[in-house]
Amino acid sequence: MKRSWLLTILWLAALPATAQPLTAMPRSADGHPDLSGVWQALNTANWNIEPHVADYPVVLKLGAQFAVPPGAGIVEGGEIPYLPAAREQRDENYAHRLDEDPEGKCYLGGVPRSTYMPYPFQIFQNVNDIVIAYQYATGFRRIFVDGTEEAPLDSWMGWSNGHWEGDTLVVEVTGLNGKTWLDRAGNFASENAKVTERYTPMGPNHLRYEATIEDPTVYSRPWTIQMPLYRIVDEDFRMLEFKCEPFAEEKIYGHLRKVPLEADKGAPQP
Amino acid sequence: MNHEHRQASTLVTTLLAIGLLPLAACTQQAGPDSSASTAADTAATSDAAANAAGAVKKTAWGEPDISGVFTESTLAPLERPKDLGNKEFYTAEEAAEHRKQGLTEALEVDDTEAGTQADVHYNMAQYGLVQTDTNTSLNLRTSIVTTPADGRIPPLTEAAVARRNARAAARKGHEFDGPENRSLTERCIVWPTTLPPILPRGYNSNLQIFQSPGYVVIQGEMGDPRIIRTDGKAPTTKLPQWNGTSVGHWEGNSFVIETTGFNKETAWRDSSENLRVTEKITRIDDDTLEYRFMVEDPSTWEQPWGGVYPLRKLDGILFEYACTEGNYGMRNILSSQRELEHEAAAKKPSR
Repeated sequence: MKRSWLLTILWLAALPATAQPLTAMPRSADGHPDLSGVWQALNTANWNIEPHVADYPVVLKLGAQFAVPPGAGIVEGGEIPYLPAAREQRDENYAHRLDEDPEGKCYLGGVPRSTYMPYPFQIFQNVNDIVIAYQYATGFRRIFVDGTEEAPLDSWMGWSNGHWEGDTLVVEVTGLNGKTWLDRAGNFASENAKVTERYTPMGPNHLRYEATIEDPTVYSRPWTIQMPLYRIVDEDFRMLEFKCEPFAEEKIYGHLRKVPLEADKGAPQP
Repeated sequence: MNHEHRQASTLVTTLLAIGLLPLAACTQQAGPDSSASTAADTAATSDAAANAAGAVKKTAWGEPDISGVFTESTLAPLERPKDLGNKEFYTAEEAAEHRKQGLTEALEVDDTEAGTQADVHYNMAQYGLVQTDTNTSLNLRTSIVTTPADGRIPPLTEAAVARRNARAAARKGHEFDGPENRSLTERCIVWPTTLPPILPRGYNSNLQIFQSPGYVVIQGEMGDPRIIRTDGKAPTTKLPQWNGTSVGHWEGNSFVIETTGFNKETAWRDSSENLRVTEKITRIDDDTLEYRFMVEDPSTWEQPWGGVYPLRKLDGILFEYACTEGNYGMRNILSSQRELEHEAAAKKPSR
């Protein structure tokens, strides 16, 4: 049995990537769907998870190529059920999004935002463990399958315990530090949030991703986002580094330079 | 990172408080590991060591299992003290004496001169961050470096010295001008000890190795996840990366990783973008992996060099490091320098 598995893997590895279109979601040795692979969302949710029309870029000078693209959003029912004070906070965040969005500072994306940022992520799965590596800010999560680990401290990517419900991987995420945003429009959750993600195969190259967000200090009821995730099928695709720290230094430390950077002179040289 | 750390740290602090020089503490922490390290250190080859120990654990899909959470901390220093020449191993007695000495020195760190940087640095022992009181594998080796035979990193070539001097000259007088003038470590870009080759460091010296069919992922506590394919295929498009590009394959029971394609700015130990690192990871027993590495870059060192040390299993779980998110150090370094400049300007006598 073990041997035939090994042979199958060797046989698959020997074929060029283009010669083996998947006809069904692969399964791992324990019979669960094998979610391994590189995935990416294809929507405008990172701009705004609520429905939105196209809009000016946050800095007008950036012009049309950096304008906000339109999108129907990913929130079931369209609108996030904010409590009144939280909605005001969201509007405040939006007003200060150029300075305050953690993405601009290259801070880890958190959950669920990392899933629909415009970067690929790779899932690695074996029977005991699932890990996800995100290209953005080299984010990383370990999902404890059938685990009941408790977060020792709050963190940016939270603490993930997963289990299978039929063909769906359900991941309960707690221990989030509440410092991440849900998008570039200032939507947010607090450190009290619990996010329950559901990854379900829709076919060989698609997953349905759902996440229910509960946070009684911010919302009047739990609410859900959902979207498909697409398998990257490019030949010889490898995740390249997106180490964004250098790109955020002027934003974070620019005011502390001995000599301010000259405008339009490009990246600073060490 | 886990209870073992805290307990060990508390133990040392307590013994220090009552005035005992705690050689006992040291042997207690390192005790269970001694036989494993000895086996790893004295075996002729990795495979022989693995087979001798009967330790060829396999994954569900038939590859050798090198997964787990491990510490890189080990008693051997990177380079061998010069007076030891080609002596590769201590005897058990020499090792015990050496550890006692090391611990004495570590404890004396608290006894610092007022007004020095060492004096204002926080007490690492309070956080379980001192190598001698955290999980550390015993190691009879006199150094991690084993090639060349004197256990010393070979001299830099003239070209490498010229590169290093040019960088230093460009930096001189501008050390605090802006974030780009600070080190890659302070900028939270890369740590020289979490890149390949992985080397023990002063704190958070831990990593997780994860395996799934076709991949090995190495996540250092302070490093970026290294995604390593096991099919030995290099990418068709080669682009420079801060951590280089790693490709792996199995050789018997060992996982061999070749890494090239480093970003010029990575400049690990003054190396160039032509740096090539070969790593070989072999399971020795349930609790121990052997980590071997060789580095070569003819434009940097006069000869290739490399070494070996054990990775010892930890029961803990790695916690997120999130470097740039909490980088108050950079802000403080730059703002205090601006403040000093401001004060100096105010004091300048007017003519």
